[in-house]
Amino acid sequence: MTMLTKQQEALDEKRSIDEDVLVEVRNVKKYFSIKGGILQKTVGQLKAVDDVSFTIRKGETLGIVGESGSGKSTLGRVLIRLLDSTAGQIIFNQTDITNLRQRQIRPIREDMQMVFQDPFASLNSKMSIEQLIEEPLLVQGKLAKAARKEKVLEVLEKVGLRKDDLQKYPHEFSGGQRQRISIARALVLNPKFVICDEPVSALDVSIQAQVLNLMKDLQGDLGLTYLFIAHDLSVVKHISDRVAVMYLGRFAEIAPKKQLYEKALHPYTQALLSSIPTIDLNVGNAKKEKIKLEGDLPSPANPPSGCTFRTRCPKAHDRCAVDRPELLEIEKDHFVACHLYSEG
Amino acid sequence: MSSQPVLDVQKLKTYFYLEQELVAKAVDDVSFSVYPGETVAIVGESGSGKSITALSIMQLINKPGRIVEGSIHVKDKNLLNLKPKQMTAIRGNHIGMIFQEPMTALNPVFTIGNQITEMIRKHKKVSKQIAQLKAIELLRIVGIPRPEQIIKEYPHQLSGGMRQRVMIAMAISCEPELIIADEPTTALDVTIQAQILDLLLEMQQRYNMALLLITHDLGVVYEYTDKVIVMYGGQIVEQAPTKQLLSLTKHPYTKGLLSSLPKMDEDVERLGTIQGTVPAAYNFPVGCRFSTRCPFVMEKCKQTNPELLQNDTDHFVRCHLYEEGGESQ
Repeated sequence: MTMLTKQQEALDEKRSIDEDVLVEVRNVKKYFSIKGGILQKTVGQLKAVDDVSFTIRKGETLGIVGESGSGKSTLGRVLIRLLDSTAGQIIFNQTDITNLRQRQIRPIREDMQMVFQDPFASLNSKMSIEQLIEEPLLVQGKLAKAARKEKVLEVLEKVGLRKDDLQKYPHEFSGGQRQRISIARALVLNPKFVICDEPVSALDVSIQAQVLNLMKDLQGDLGLTYLFIAHDLSVVKHISDRVAVMYLGRFAEIAPKKQLYEKALHPYTQALLSSIPTIDLNVGNAKKEKIKLEGDLPSPANPPSGCTFRTRCPKAHDRCAVDRPELLEIEKDHFVACHLYSEG
Repeated sequence: MSSQPVLDVQKLKTYFYLEQELVAKAVDDVSFSVYPGETVAIVGESGSGKSITALSIMQLINKPGRIVEGSIHVKDKNLLNLKPKQMTAIRGNHIGMIFQEPMTALNPVFTIGNQITEMIRKHKKVSKQIAQLKAIELLRIVGIPRPEQIIKEYPHQLSGGMRQRVMIAMAISCEPELIIADEPTTALDVTIQAQILDLLLEMQQRYNMALLLITHDLGVVYEYTDKVIVMYGGQIVEQAPTKQLLSLTKHPYTKGLLSSLPKMDEDVERLGTIQGTVPAAYNFPVGCRFSTRCPFVMEKCKQTNPELLQNDTDHFVRCHLYEEGGESQ
């Protein structure tokens, strides 16, 4: 009897954690085949995402930073099932969506939307703003015409566009306004979760600030959960609650924002943070010693053995070439994949 | 700092004559100078005219654009009076240029070695063998590993950072007095950006060149430059030594830019913003060009465009708020 109640308690506890979690990713991998020769045989594998696990809680923003080729965009696409994963499990809102067919996933997609980097390429130039924002509602097919119109107007106002913009076309707008249109398109279905892939990197700083503020406001108003993918560490710091640093398809470090930016543990994170040029006008501050990384990111098709960062790491030692470091919890909620912090 | 500037731009106006008689005043009355060994930044958002200023100096403005007025002196020569052939000699020999996207600046069908030797032989009378050796030497200087092999490779075989190193090698090949770098690291990752900017500064010191750096990144400006020119709407709105400009900022536009940057060392709930967007170059507001977005706009601002006046030692600002006690440049 006691055993049963204990089991029940354990189950209850697990469920209460689960209910708080919106997205759970378990050991997800995405490999692309490299074809070569006349017969287009598979000659190798590009491990764009290689064994990544994390969770995102409701209402939270998880930032993912990394250089080009780190796999951060692929990860976003795998999550929303624009790409199929090679292995692993994706659980969204307590449903395993890893192997759902496209037809089955469509109703779930209402809850997960994406905002892309380039507002020039992601909006069809032949559609008016009204058509663009209405399109997701048409695909969903639940609302009648009048209701759709009402919904479009409601969203339009939320993202700070005017009613007379509806009949205009994308080319009539600046980059910042186009990104507002992209956001409106993503929000028109009332999603729970929005994946933002470099949403502000094509914008000037003053416009970038407007869009970032808008995204924060919308998150507060609508209770959204964000996965925010970007290469700019200061932007990610501004918007995120937790931040993950990706390198060659793997997480090097993941931690609450404050910890990551103040007490980065992984040598790669430390180098990244120290290479950002920043304005520091405090006279008392000594000029920061910069950690310089040598060389380029290795090709993800042919990553180094052991720890993939070892070829550029200033603290690499023998073990790094042999063993791949696991992502370990060093402090509460602060995970790092580096032999400097693993025992033995 | 020696008394004679390497580059002296005076009252430069570059206009683009568009359809329907529209005139885009991309660069409108811009004056500044760059001294030997100095690093000067031009900052601004897209459409501010910073790149057109650089291209005007290199005389790479194509129709419908035209340099309408002004002078550009490199040493004692006014570039605007030179014949195309003489100008070709100036490019490379006296001014080197580095562009944002090295993939489009390099020719994809020629090897790296081919392109560097061509550049050297265009400006110096040397044999192919000597030019080849010089190319290898240059690649070694800019930190490219295995230069003997790299000269046989094509641009697509190199990474973005490596390509930008090749661009730098080409720009310094004739040891010019001035390098103009237009957003040289915007397309690169942050760890590579640091490598390239360090290399540029190292080259600058090695050859005692002046560097004109065009960028939108105020962090880069702070860490790498001596003097800043802030452009808005085709005009200089503020100009000062870097530290002074960033700590004692005067112009409302520069202040807005600074407050809209996400900060690394503090947490703010909301970023400062500049309302609205940059006006089109063919449709600037009457009066101050920033008046449509300025939080401190006055009646006067909507009627007359303020002059760029000296407000403090070496600190120039174009704003009606600072007109009292200002002196003309």
